Amino acid sequence: MTLNRRDFLKISGAGAAAAALGGCATTAGGARPHVVVVGAGFGGATCAKYLRQWGPNINVTLIEPNDKFISCPISNWVIGGMRKMDDITHGYDNLPKHGIKMVKDMVVAIDTGKRTVTTRGGSTLGYDRLVIAPGIELMTDTIKGYKDAESAGKVVHAWKAGAQTAHLRKQLEAMPDGGVYLIGIPGTPYRCPPGPYERISLVANYLSKAKPKSKIIVLDSNADIVSKKPLFMDAWTTKYAGMIDYRPTNAVLAVDGGKMTASTEFDEIKADVLNVVPRMRSGDLCALAGVRDPNANWCTVNFATFESAHVPNVHVIGDSVQSGLPKSGHMATNHAKVCAAAIVELLAGRQPDPIPVVANTCYSATSDTTSGYVANVYRFDPAKKEYVNQPEGGATPKGDELNFAYNESWAKNIWAHVLS
Amino acid sequence: MPRKTAPLVVAGFVGLALSGFAAAADIHTKSISATCMSCHGPGGKSQGAIPSIAGLNKDYFVKAMKDFKSGARASTIMKRHASGYTEAEYEAMGAYFASLK
Repeated sequence: MTLNRRDFLKISGAGAAAAALGGCATTAGGARPHVVVVGAGFGGATCAKYLRQWGPNINVTLIEPNDKFISCPISNWVIGGMRKMDDITHGYDNLPKHGIKMVKDMVVAIDTGKRTVTTRGGSTLGYDRLVIAPGIELMTDTIKGYKDAESAGKVVHAWKAGAQTAHLRKQLEAMPDGGVYLIGIPGTPYRCPPGPYERISLVANYLSKAKPKSKIIVLDSNADIVSKKPLFMDAWTTKYAGMIDYRPTNAVLAVDGGKMTASTEFDEIKADVLNVVPRMRSGDLCALAGVRDPNANWCTVNFATFESAHVPNVHVIGDSVQSGLPKSGHMATNHAKVCAAAIVELLAGRQPDPIPVVANTCYSATSDTTSGYVANVYRFDPAKKEYVNQPEGGATPKGDELNFAYNESWAKNIWAHVLS
Repeated sequence: MPRKTAPLVVAGFVGLALSGFAAAADIHTKSISATCMSCHGPGGKSQGAIPSIAGLNKDYFVKAMKDFKSGARASTIMKRHASGYTEAEYEAMGAYFASLK
């Protein structure tokens, strides 16, 4: 079944129908434009909300396969025993109040010529503009033995918050005092640059209190700590001295769930808890839509609109985007706003904001009472066709209690911003 | 005859300046103001330690941003954010947040 715009109105619920009767602006064809957003994470849900807020004449369908939103930010706090899964799990109940039509389904095909998306449930929806916000896909096949060990529950990445987050917490609780927690960090670019180092800090915070004889072995594919190095080094040397064995330029090449080992070019290392995070690429939806760069992992976009460089009328936001900017939930919300504003203008036949500005604010906890931040503003430069980091951006060198309070407040506010 | 959409953003911006700058400024203001809300909460209403910015007096907002940028007012991250925006943007954001209840 293919839905055209008029069919969409018939099935899109009382809210949208009532809004249609209000007689807002229409496209040249005389019908209300339809934007399909795929993926209701930080980027997709925010984009759907702002499309409705700034373009009340636009019909917005948001397609998401999961029942609940589980936040990656603060998921390290669950792993460290400071929060429960319930604290990072939120419903989508408020989004329909904005006039968003929520569809719980998975997109299995995208025809960018006919401008349709097809779901596993068998619906085909037409679109004027498509926004895809699929997050990341973990390339588990790049590490030998990973898939088998993962299905056996012996290795987790816990880099998409959910069942693996809870599993990793249980493994740490079951680990004996004197045990080894091993984390493998992928090469850049990956989702949440400071995330691995925050996780190490919060596991250390837990172990130093509950199991102080334990060790943490860090196998980092990168040559050095990727983000907030002074902040993390300060915590590791002052709070967790002697606990963390940090090994740069040590990519994990293989794991063995039977022997509970991770292997690098140099060593085979035994651990009680194996938390190996594989390299990642843009979500599979990007391949379905043909917007992933040829022979590459990410998606190049026009940064003034987040429209794909390869396929017209398809926009990509969030972690899947190829850029020099950090892949964070916070950035995804701001991609979403630039994208929504641009789509509203484009559908109205106007020129989008030529100089959009986005900002990133990212807190990382270094213990159960201290956090630090990195904050930057990025302004689009039309000549360079990229976002330029503005002066004075940067990170704090030391965690403290004030920033921990801001970190908690930030999480509540961004969740409310995305989902309320 | 309608003006054709200019392929270059620079040309487009000039066109907007002549034909509809107010609309462009409006979308830019809404977009950059929305950026603040990822931390300060939906509609500028915050939960917890981060201050709410909804309904702030415009002059207070503009002075705060200037003082964060210069360092006259101590801050954690706000010097870093304030330094990324122009004074014209402080004014536009200040007017926007003042309008929110």
